[in-house]
Amino acid sequence: MTPLLQVEAVSKFYGARIGCTDVSFDLYPGEVMGIVGESGSGKSTLLNCLAGHLPPDAGAVRFDTRADGLRDTVTMNEPERRMLGRTDWAFVHQHARDGLRMNVSAGGNVGERLMAVGARHYGDIRNTATDWLGRVEIAADRIDDRPSAFSGGMQQRLQIARNLVTGPRLVFMDEPTGGLDVSVQARLLDLMRGLVREMGLSAIIVTHDLAVVRLLADRLMVMKDGHVVETGLTDQVLDDPQHGYTQLLVSSVLQV
Amino acid sequence: MTVSAYNFAYLDEQTKRMIRRAILKGLAIPGYQVPFASREMPMPYGWGTGGVQVSAAVLVPDDTFKVIDQGADDTTNAVSIRRFFEKTAGVAVTDDTAKASVIQTRHRIPEMPLRADQILVYQVPIPEPLRFLEPSEVETRKMHSLEEYGLMHVKLYEDISQHGAIATAYAYPVKVEGRYVMDPSPIPKFDNPKLTMDAIQLFGAGREQRIYALPPHTQVVSLDFEDFPFEASKADHACDLCGAVDSYLDELIVDDAGGRLFMCSDTDYCSTRRAAGHVGAQGVPVKEDVA
Repeated sequence: MTPLLQVEAVSKFYGARIGCTDVSFDLYPGEVMGIVGESGSGKSTLLNCLAGHLPPDAGAVRFDTRADGLRDTVTMNEPERRMLGRTDWAFVHQHARDGLRMNVSAGGNVGERLMAVGARHYGDIRNTATDWLGRVEIAADRIDDRPSAFSGGMQQRLQIARNLVTGPRLVFMDEPTGGLDVSVQARLLDLMRGLVREMGLSAIIVTHDLAVVRLLADRLMVMKDGHVVETGLTDQVLDDPQHGYTQLLVSSVLQV
Repeated sequence: MTVSAYNFAYLDEQTKRMIRRAILKGLAIPGYQVPFASREMPMPYGWGTGGVQVSAAVLVPDDTFKVIDQGADDTTNAVSIRRFFEKTAGVAVTDDTAKASVIQTRHRIPEMPLRADQILVYQVPIPEPLRFLEPSEVETRKMHSLEEYGLMHVKLYEDISQHGAIATAYAYPVKVEGRYVMDPSPIPKFDNPKLTMDAIQLFGAGREQRIYALPPHTQVVSLDFEDFPFEASKADHACDLCGAVDSYLDELIVDDAGGRLFMCSDTDYCSTRRAAGHVGAQGVPVKEDVA
């Protein structure tokens, strides 16, 4: 089976400082990979390198494109990479404001990716947008409201709808539940788990919330100071942590 | 300083060469915004400094020059620019669209079709059609170079979702030769179909330091949706002075009782028709008008 994403020895330096170094893994279709670690451990740097937002200093990120099979997205030319970013990839930001156009209505936000790949029929775009708002539990009569009139949880769900509307195969998520209260987090996680299973999505989720990866991720990668210190099946890593840092991380979770 | 102390058409020859290079590049890549080193002109930004610089670069001594502002030859902006070139270039000036060889315009395209030996120069306030959708110039230039124009349709989508129709009435975005999305300057969308014409069209934005151009017969398509096609709209009325039903109209409130009058915004077109004997609903025959 061809991996959907093949990451080989990716490194990114900020001057003399390490962003992340020598990260390698394969992600197979339908698989959800969690990346955990403390602040500054290089999680977001790695995610941005994988999603083409930052050029890595070394290594290769090969994506299984629909047309030509595995292609290195680092050396790919920019139009192709940005095209992937609008079609096969999706990126869910921690802050919905970074991923939404706050002065464009919810329908316009969801429709943007469709129009970017050539949809030119208003009625069809609107129907698809309505359908997607329903899937992320936003009432259809909010379609013409701007995201600034939405709650934090709704904004995050809208961001997810906006990203998934073109049927991507790989979703990058950067702290998707950060800053939301626990009941809203739970519903969002439930929703995401449903969508991932239903659409057969592969996803890479960066978070520091172990509960999120426990629920969503099949595999887990633990990062510390730019290095990957432990990888494995989620349950295995969380129930039987081997590396000292992972043990610390697991034992630091507050028990209610 | 006396007027004769100025170089022909105010700008020095080196500056004119620089602007002509930008114009030639613009003509070679229709719809592409060419950066140029815009000069300080003796008028404020927003008064047509871009158009004036382009006009200065293309004018030759035997040209006949016409300036219109919102279609009219006799508004402040038009009069001051016309006088400026009368003084600094000594060129002949006219109100007659057919007699002019260079026409500088703000916000309109003349009603009378232009010929291959004429040049139409537009004053452009904001050359970037994506400006209000994406504030970063770095990003918009990347979007142009990579032909990522989905965002432009988001604006039209928003129009329809809020107003039930594409409410953009002026500066209506167009796609040039299937490549660049261009702001046709704030002309009414009524004028958009005329953008494919026999004359050369040059666009100058002074404050924004951009020049772009449309060579003759360039294909210019107004953006739209399949189920909401582009429509060139105008007030549903005939000109009250000359009776024209095919020209773009201004609506004037003429008394305190809300009485109104529609008249051609192209004053030369209107007066030419009236001189030929056409009379609108509230018009008077030309002879009495003169007396």
